[in-house]
Amino acid sequence: MPVIKVEGLSKVFGKNVKQALKLLEEGKTKEEILKQTGSTVGVNRASFEVEAGEIFVIMGLSGSGKSTLVRLLNRLIDPTEGHVIVDGEDLATMNKKDLLRVRRTKMSMVFQKFGLFPFRSILENTEYGLEVQGIAKEERSKKARASLEMVGLGNYVDQYPSQLSGGMQQRVGLARALANDPEVLLMDEAFSALDPLIRKEMQDELLDLQDTMKKTIIFITHDLDEALRIGDKIALMKDGSIVQVGSPEEILMNPANDYVEKFVEDVDRSKVLTAYNIMKRPETVNIDKHGPRVALERMQKEGISTIYVTDSKRNLRGYVTADDAVVALRSDVTNLTAILKTDAPSVPKDTLMNAIFDISHNSPVPITVVEDGKLLGIIVRGAVISALAGQGEVNLTHA
Amino acid sequence: MLNFMENIEEIPLAEWVSKATGIVSDSFAFLFDPIKNEFGDGLESFADMLAAVPPVIVILLVAVLAFFLSGKRFGLAAFSIVGLLLVWNQGLWEELMLSFSLVLVASLLSVIIGVPIGILMSKSKIAENIITPVLDFMQTMPAFVYLIPAVAFFSIGMVPGIFASLIFATPPTVRLTNLGIRQVSEELVEAAEAFGSTGAQKLFKVELPMAKTTIMAGINQTVMLALSMVVIASMIGAPGLGREVLSALQRADVGTGFVAGLGIVILAIIIDRFTQSFSLKKGTNI
Repeated sequence: MPVIKVEGLSKVFGKNVKQALKLLEEGKTKEEILKQTGSTVGVNRASFEVEAGEIFVIMGLSGSGKSTLVRLLNRLIDPTEGHVIVDGEDLATMNKKDLLRVRRTKMSMVFQKFGLFPFRSILENTEYGLEVQGIAKEERSKKARASLEMVGLGNYVDQYPSQLSGGMQQRVGLARALANDPEVLLMDEAFSALDPLIRKEMQDELLDLQDTMKKTIIFITHDLDEALRIGDKIALMKDGSIVQVGSPEEILMNPANDYVEKFVEDVDRSKVLTAYNIMKRPETVNIDKHGPRVALERMQKEGISTIYVTDSKRNLRGYVTADDAVVALRSDVTNLTAILKTDAPSVPKDTLMNAIFDISHNSPVPITVVEDGKLLGIIVRGAVISALAGQGEVNLTHA
Repeated sequence: MLNFMENIEEIPLAEWVSKATGIVSDSFAFLFDPIKNEFGDGLESFADMLAAVPPVIVILLVAVLAFFLSGKRFGLAAFSIVGLLLVWNQGLWEELMLSFSLVLVASLLSVIIGVPIGILMSKSKIAENIITPVLDFMQTMPAFVYLIPAVAFFSIGMVPGIFASLIFATPPTVRLTNLGIRQVSEELVEAAEAFGSTGAQKLFKVELPMAKTTIMAGINQTVMLALSMVVIASMIGAPGLGREVLSALQRADVGTGFVAGLGIVILAIIIDRFTQSFSLKKGTNI
């Protein structure tokens, strides 16, 4: 039983809407219709179903109509034609009162640039959806706090959005959307404004949350990697039309047409991917604060034999090995300076993979990716090989 | 050929306007008269009440308010004390209070009328298209012109002064309310709607708070314009510092004119800083 059923949903912007719809029926392209009628086709007869508890990713490049499509689902934009059936009710034709009820209780939205109200505290932001329903202050505060707790921001209730980092702001956005316990979560490029490392973190967290929440999530993205990572099902959009719907494997293995194929085809990755794409977040210790004991503990926890050392400003200072740390600990050395090694290879973030391959082959320790003396990330040998083989986690967005 | 205008009769525009004003003044007398009488009496007793408070108390009150509104700094408070003491010393205290009550009432009415009109403009393209040229007209027509119908409707005194100030000073509040609401980012409006806000909830919980700084800038402008009408309105008998300036002008008395003018400047600076501090203080989180 699908939670959301979309049937023949279209949106035409402009004047000659009827004529444009007729031309769409005749199978004219978006450009032909624009030329003939002056109207822009935002979404072209989209149909799909989303099952309960599924993460349904709508993916396409900018201008493909994916943001319009998601706004048709909760009628931030009124559809020109078609039906959006949620739990048996058609949103496209329902009256204002019912629409308010659906928006308040069944669907929430998370926005690309977070959409937080700057003059409201984190708690007040999270309470917003409950507040407009007229829920008593105590109850909504309780629910909002629980929701913030869930995304790990329980201690930030009295802060204001401008005091939080991008990643934290989007957690608030997520908490706000979860506070009124909706069935459906609409996420419009929710992680696109975050930098790659934070984005990956948020993706993981969303998946963790989803394990316990079991919401129905519609997730919009332009990032194939993100789509493959979090999607149970992926719909690919082009020029307002959905060109293929399927599981990540289906999309990768049996691309429906050239457009889809182009998206997923295995280009010579070593000439495309850079150090920035394949680096991962390094485990580090701070030379100003930590000694051999902390270094050793972290290495044990992470199961690694070397750990990178930075100072308080995240400037790279070198690395220490587990063996040296053990020796230092036995001889009561409390400072990392004595055992610091500085011969780790380092590359700028835009170094191409084929160059990295040679370096990583000859280096016993992970390669560091450094910019202005600061440690951005590290590249372990395995990552280079799996990226070259077209597997593994590769961050395809541009640095 | 070139002097074809000679054959065309002059359109009696001035006559029409005079007639129309006469008709309005006659047929709405039932409305204007009570305003003139009741409202005028109310105004006078308000001004009298202000003037009856001992100046020392007023000065202290203003200084304390200035101290807290300016973020616990002494600058504005010190200026207020010195400035107001000077006005008192010059024997212009009563005039200052009269002018202040004129500005206060005119500004309050401007805001009460202007903000809702601004909201209407921001919500309706048609309303915006109609109201914008009216505002342009109101602002570009020389302020003196408003004095004439004001006298026709309300005879002379404080009430016509306030009427003229109202027409002259309301536009900035209307414009900046409209602008402030239209400038609220699309995403925040969408967020408000996506969580099921009604139109009123969207307006009061998101749009007006977001537009507050801009609206306060408009109100500040309105207050300043109302103040600038103090002198002009004295030509139709509005009492206060303006009347002192006017009579000094008629007697070519530079000294008296300067002193009364200085009183207006002091009042202007204090009011300006007060209204500005309201908008800045509440905006710190944005």
